[in-house]
Parts: sequence; structure tokens; C-alpha cells
Amino acid sequence: MTDAVFTSHGAPDAAPLPANPVAGRVRIEGEVKQALETGRNRLIVTGALFALAFTAISARLFDVTLIGRGAEPRVATAPRLGALETFRADITDRNGVLLATSLETASLYANARQVPDAADAAGKLAGVLGGDQADLAAKLGSGKSFVWIRRNLTPRQQYEVNRLGIPGLDFQRDERRVYPLGNIAAHIVGFTDIDNKGLAGIERRFDEQLRGAQHPVKLALDVRVQHVLRAELESAMRDFSAVGAAGMVLDARTGEILSMVSLPDFDPHRPGAVDPDARFNRPTLGVYEMGSTFKLFTLALGLDSGVATLNSTWDATYPIHISRFTIKDYRGGERRWLSTSEVLQYSSNIGAARMGVAAGPARQRDFMKRMGMLDTPRIELPETGQPMFPTNWREINTMTISFGHGLAVSPLQLANGVAALVNGGVLRPATLLKRDPSDIPPGTQVIKPETSKVMRGLMRMVVEKGTGKKANIPGYRVGGKTGTAEKVSAHGGYARKALLSSFVGAFPIDDPRYVVLAMLDEPHGTRQTGGFATGGAVAAPTIGKIVARIGPLLAVDPVDLPPRPAQPLLNARAQGKSVAAN
Amino acid sequence: MSALARTDTSVLGRWWWTVDRWTLLAIGALIFCGVILAMAASPPVAARIGVEPYHFVKRQVLLLPLAAMLLVACSLATPRQTVRLAVVGLAAFMGLTLLTFIVGPEIKGARRWVSLPGFQLQPSEFVKPFFAVVAAWLFAAQKMHVRFPGYLISTALFLAIVAMLVKQPDLGMAVVVTCVWFAQFFMAGLPLWLVGMLGLMGFAGLFGAYTFLPHVTSRIDRFLDPASGDSYQVDRAMEAFLNGGLWGRGPGEGIVKRSIPDAHADFIFAVAAEEFGLIACLLLVGLFAFIVLRGFSRVLQETNLFVLLATTGLLVQFGLQATINMASTLHLMPTKGMTLPFISYGGSSLLALSIGMGMALALTRKRYGLEAVS
Repeated sequence: MTDAVFTSHGAPDAAPLPANPVAGRVRIEGEVKQALETGRNRLIVTGALFALAFTAISARLFDVTLIGRGAEPRVATAPRLGALETFRADITDRNGVLLATSLETASLYANARQVPDAADAAGKLAGVLGGDQADLAAKLGSGKSFVWIRRNLTPRQQYEVNRLGIPGLDFQRDERRVYPLGNIAAHIVGFTDIDNKGLAGIERRFDEQLRGAQHPVKLALDVRVQHVLRAELESAMRDFSAVGAAGMVLDARTGEILSMVSLPDFDPHRPGAVDPDARFNRPTLGVYEMGSTFKLFTLALGLDSGVATLNSTWDATYPIHISRFTIKDYRGGERRWLSTSEVLQYSSNIGAARMGVAAGPARQRDFMKRMGMLDTPRIELPETGQPMFPTNWREINTMTISFGHGLAVSPLQLANGVAALVNGGVLRPATLLKRDPSDIPPGTQVIKPETSKVMRGLMRMVVEKGTGKKANIPGYRVGGKTGTAEKVSAHGGYARKALLSSFVGAFPIDDPRYVVLAMLDEPHGTRQTGGFATGGAVAAPTIGKIVARIGPLLAVDPVDLPPRPAQPLLNARAQGKSVAAN
Repeated sequence: MSALARTDTSVLGRWWWTVDRWTLLAIGALIFCGVILAMAASPPVAARIGVEPYHFVKRQVLLLPLAAMLLVACSLATPRQTVRLAVVGLAAFMGLTLLTFIVGPEIKGARRWVSLPGFQLQPSEFVKPFFAVVAAWLFAAQKMHVRFPGYLISTALFLAIVAMLVKQPDLGMAVVVTCVWFAQFFMAGLPLWLVGMLGLMGFAGLFGAYTFLPHVTSRIDRFLDPASGDSYQVDRAMEAFLNGGLWGRGPGEGIVKRSIPDAHADFIFAVAAEEFGLIACLLLVGLFAFIVLRGFSRVLQETNLFVLLATTGLLVQFGLQATINMASTLHLMPTKGMTLPFISYGGSSLLALSIGMGMALALTRKRYGLEAVS
């Protein structure tokens, strides 16, 4: 059959075919001719396709060599935009004082494959950098092409390492987060990990913004006030052997947090070096049964809803027995009918409970909701605690909540609520960011302005005549309320000796600008306090000291100052007179 | 050209006067260009892998006499001898290809080579031309004989070869073999509906490869969207074309060859463009186009179906390799490792191409009288 395959057909010069004895197996000539014809036609198609391909290639050659269009956009995609790094932005207080900034540093890494003698190099490096020589030797001998040796070297260390001249070591530009003021606002500013990723506080909450931004994040904080608050709380904590303390200064008119302190605190450069308790931000993350300070809300509710007037009286003759509880007053109380203001003045649990019941559970719950006590506050910190309150709000709950038990809120919520009580009745969300004075949120009217005015008077009275006398200082008229809550013990029930003593107030109380709060965790009485560790004994004097120091800083006009002896040298006219008298 | 007289009836004499001398000249020109470009492109590659600068050039030049001899020897054959050569060659090299699965060393993740002393032989390169001739013979036989199952046998052979190539894996070569076989089948008179169906199957196959073979997926993704992955070689190649411009930077003045790993093989066209410019590139394209289209036009007058199909198959293979290589270097299609015939470095490729083009020359020789019949 091969013969037949090689036989050409139709060629004019072809020899005549020899007669084939098996002609039946060979196709007839016409059919073969037709196949050949098809083949030729299709060959032309194939040829045309090739011609097209070669033309396309030639055209493309012109395009990429002379016009260069093919190259241009590809070159533009080459640079890796991700490599362009900017420093993490600063965090400052309201006056621009640096709280967190970034320093350019050098970080040392090694290409362990290029280090000729790991043991020797480790010895030399340990001499310069310190640290564990065996650990360094393990890293340098690891055979990895990249291994961190030490992050964030000082320029001197970098110089020393360079001087060693060890091959395979190199530096990478790095940045290190620095907190120039150290512990002072550690809970608020927070901290970052070694790669400058925000892990806590503002650093975490504004991680994205800080990464990309050129402008610092400006906090509402005032480091001067922060310093005073922290120093005073620290000394109170020491004086009364407390395990912790918390405090706040809140602008009553704008909701800005000028200061927020939680003690014990920590060094944000080494957050891992302390007990987790020290990293716990009490003012926002902790929720506590606030005790008597809550009576402020009970009075505000009573007065605002009309169930109480200043002339109403409340039976505080005997303790209230309800189901298995007994509601008593501190050290027996006055054992008589008390006026509305006396309930606050003597901090009567019984009176407050009666006033709460008069308003009723529904109204009380509604009021607490309005005051923001039942919702997690929207503050700019990831560390925010959720309030705890009874799901089934019965009369017994109303009674206990009236004097601050059975409802746990964060100190931030308490301070913010008090701000609304004294500022004319407007509740604004508190913020850690500086607010533009022209852009203060309007807030919501939660009580009538008249009620607010009455509340201011009552709070001043507590400081003048009631439990908060020790907060009364010359120059600044402070008003407020003390609170002494028994902490829930680990065994259930309340621990008699473990107290949470607090004072929340405002100054100047006639037209309040700032709300101040101080809270001591498990304070112990001293000889000066006669062994008492109540809010009036330990927190009120602390507030007094704080206000005396921050009042001038915040340019609050002093009033009622005792007359001072004449200062002739400071008064030219007086001096002139005295000279003339001579 | 007058070294051989018209009246010389020796084997060589007759060969000289009947062979397509223009094509021969074009192939010679390509080989010459190949040596020049090997000298330009391969020293940086040699330096990178730590051998002396002209390592690749020397190896290529040493093979050239052998390649030339194979080319001429194959072109001396008659069509019948060509078929015999192809059948024996196909059997031998398919056997060797099978052997690579057992004894072949693994290079860059594939088993394609048989180790010979001083030389790595890639038998699948030789399978291509021999199979083109054998397939043509089978197709022609089906047309000539009523009961000869040529289509069936060639399909079976085709599937076996493609299976081996996919197993290696050498998808580029599988694609070339498929295209060549399909082109031959097409010209042998495959009904148009079958052409359409096979075309669809081809697309389905490509799509399947895209879906199931990760490296094919990434190649195609990178072609469609250069930002999606590493398109380093193509980017550098584009730079080379731009650098070269009309006249090129001059011999040895190219810089991109230092950064393209495959400068001496798959991306040699870019080196040519950078050093010798658009003119030289167009000359190369012209040479390839000339060889392919001249061969086509010569078999257009052919009266023997087998010769038509076999020559076309060999030329399609040659032309396809050239166009795929150039098109992928020019970023007209996804990169596909494919040598530029007679230009790229590669011993097996050079020898197999010599055999293939030798057979094509043999088939396109003028045949007169009885010689045309047998």
C-alpha cells in the first residue's frame, strides 16, 4: 500500500499507472483528486493564518521598539508603593504636649549564612549589646538568611556594632514608639507592639489613623491636670493603704475628659513588665456599684418627676425590711422623718429608697437609661466596660439602686451623669479627643434646668454641712456627694471591710465648669480620719486637694478667699502710700 | 552555485539541482544569526551559572557541523525513504521518551532528558518531526485505501504522545504537537463540523489546563494582569525592545540580558532586539516567514497528498515554534517555554529541527518522471 501513497495523481508528466491487480483496495482517482484539492485549499487557509501571525509580530515589534507603548504602563507598576512608610503620628494633649511620638532607630539583623564564625560574633555582640551570648550564638548560627538580632538600637550601639565589622550583620531603618511622659497617661494613650501596631488605648483605637496620618491625634487631656490628679490619688492611695484608685476631671460643659487616672499604672514602654491589674483602666473598663453617690440621681429623678419637692419628708425612722433584705442607714442614721435635702445631707439609704419607690421602678429605669447608665459608653478606648443592671427591675431593685447598689456602672458613666445634673441638665457623650469650642455636640436635655439648679444647691450643701465637708476648700466652691460602697466579696454577698470610697463633685458649683471624681479601692482608715475609710473621710479631702491645685491651672476664678496680709512690694500704689505715710 | 554541473547525475549533483536552494539559504542565514546571537546573549547566562563565558556558544558551534550534516542527509532522501526514516525514528524516540520516566534526571521540575556522555538528550524534540511525517503518511493512506484505518492509528499515536508529554510535563510541546497534528488532519480533509468540534475541545483543554494546573493558571493570570504576579522576564523583555529601538544599542551593548535568566533560550529574541534593533528583528521574522510561506507555496503545486501533508506538518511545527516564541517575548500571549528555531540555545532542539527541515527539504525537492512517482 505504500506504493499507492507515493503515487502522484494528475501530474501531466506522470507515467501511466501500472494496472493494479488489487484495484478495489485503492480509491478511484477522482476521489483522491478531490482530497488533494481540499488539501490545497486548506493549505492556503493555513498559510494565510501564518502570514497574519508574522504580520502581527512585525507590527508589535514596531509598537514595542519605536513607540514603546507596551513598556510604559508596566514600568509604572514596578515600584512597590507599600514600601513607602511614614512615621506613626504623634499623640498630644490638648495643649500640644507630646504624649506619644516615634523615633527613627536602627534595628540589627543578620544574614546568618554570611556570618563566618557565629560563636565569635556572638561574643563580640554580647559585649556591645549585652544580652544572652548563647541566644545570640544560636541566632547567628541558625543558617537563616534573615534573623532579627536586636530591635531599636541606640545610635551609640549602632556605632559600636559597625565598629565590630562582623560580616552578615546589617541594619534596617526602624521606628520606636516613645512616651516622653512615661506612666502619666498610660491607660489612655495605650501602647504598641514592637512593630508599632497599637495594642491598647488610643494607640489601638486610632491605629489606622495614626499609621497614615501626618497630623497628631490631639486628646482632650491636659497633662498638668493629669499630673495633679495622679499625684494626689497616688498620695491618697499611700496614705490610706488602698489597693487602687481612679479619678477623672471632666469638662461639664463640653464633655471633654481633661484627666483620667487609674492606679496602679504602668510604663507604656514595658507594658508586659507589670501585673495585668496595673493595665486595667478602672475609670472605663471597671464597673462598680457606686454606693451613695447614686443618691444624686435618685434625688434628681424625684425632683424632676415631681414625686419629691424640697419640702417633702421621708420616713427614715426604722430600717426597711423587704423580702430577706434589711435597708438601714449608716450607723443607725437620724431615726426620724427627713426632708428631701436631709436625705442627701445625711446620706440616708432609707430615705433614698423611699424616694425611689415613690418614683417607681419603670420611671427609675427609664431615667437611668436616659442618663446613659444602662449602655456601654461610647468613649474612644477599646477598653470599655459594660454596665450591669437587673433584667427584671422590681421594687427591691429600685430600692437598692436608689442608694447605689444593684446597678454597676463605670466611673466614667457616673462622672458624665453628674455633669448632666449640674450643667443645666444636658447630657453629652464624654470624649477623650479635644473638641472644637465651636463644635460642641448639643447633647440631650435629661432633666429640667431648674432641677439642675436645685441639685447644685444640694451638692453644695453636702460639702458645707454634710458628709463631704472635707472637700470644702477656700477659694473654690465645691459641691458633690460622697459614696461608700461595700465591695462584692469573692464569696458572694458584700464584704464589710472592703470598701470603694468615692467622691464625685463639681466646681465652681454655682456655675460648674468641671466635674471631678476620686475613688479609692479598699482604703483603710488612719488616725487622722479616726479610723474611718468612708468616701467622706478619704475621697473628699483628696478632691479638696485636687481642686485647690487644678483650679488655678484651669483659670477658674477664686471666690471667698480669706483676706491676705497686704503685700506692699507687689502693689505700687500701696507702696507709694506707705512711703507717703512715712 | 556552479560547483556542480547540470549534467552531474551523482546523488549530490541531483540533490543540488532539485533541492529548494532559497530555503536552504534562509536556513543557513538563520543558523548564522543564531551563532551571532548566542555570542551576544549567552555569556551573562554562563557567568551566572559559573561556567566560562563562551560555554554555550562553544557547545552550540560544536553541534553545528552535525546539524548541517543531518539536514543535508535527510534532504537527500526520497519521500519513501523519508517515511521509513520517520517510522523508525518515531519508534526509537518514543521509546527513549518512555525511558526518561525511568532513568531521566529531573531538571527544573520535569523529566524530559536522557543523559548521554557530555550531553542531555531530549527525545521528545525528535518525536515532533517524525510524528508529523508519520501522521501525514497515515492520513494520506486513509485517503488512498478504502480499508486502511489511518485516521484511527494516527489518533491513537497522537494521544499516546500527548499523554507522554503531559506526564513529563512539557505542555508547550504538547500544544505544538496538537496544533501540528490538527493542522494536518484539517488539510487531509477533516469534515468542517469535526474541525469545529476539535477546535472547541482544544479550547476546553486549554481551559482545563488553566483550571487544574496551577502553573498554567498563574502564567495566564500574569499575562492578563501583569500586576497579579511576577512578570519579571516579560517586563525586562519589554525594556529590551524599548532600549533597542530601530538600530539597537550595538553588539554586546545590551544590558537586559544580564537580568533575564533565559536570555540565551526562550528570550533570545529580546536580546536580539536590544542589541541589533528593530531592523534585525524584522529580518528574523522575515526569514521565518519566508521559510514557512515558501514551503507552503511549493507544496501547493504538489500532486502527492502525503508530500503535501508531511511538508505542511513540518513547516507548521517550525512556524508555530517561531511565532509562539516571538509572540510570548513580545507579550502578545502568555509566556510559554518555546525555543526560537535555529536561534535559541538547545542541542536537542537544533538537531531535531535539522532533521525536520531536512525532511521538509527532501519532500519539496523537484521530482521528475518516475522519480516523482516513487
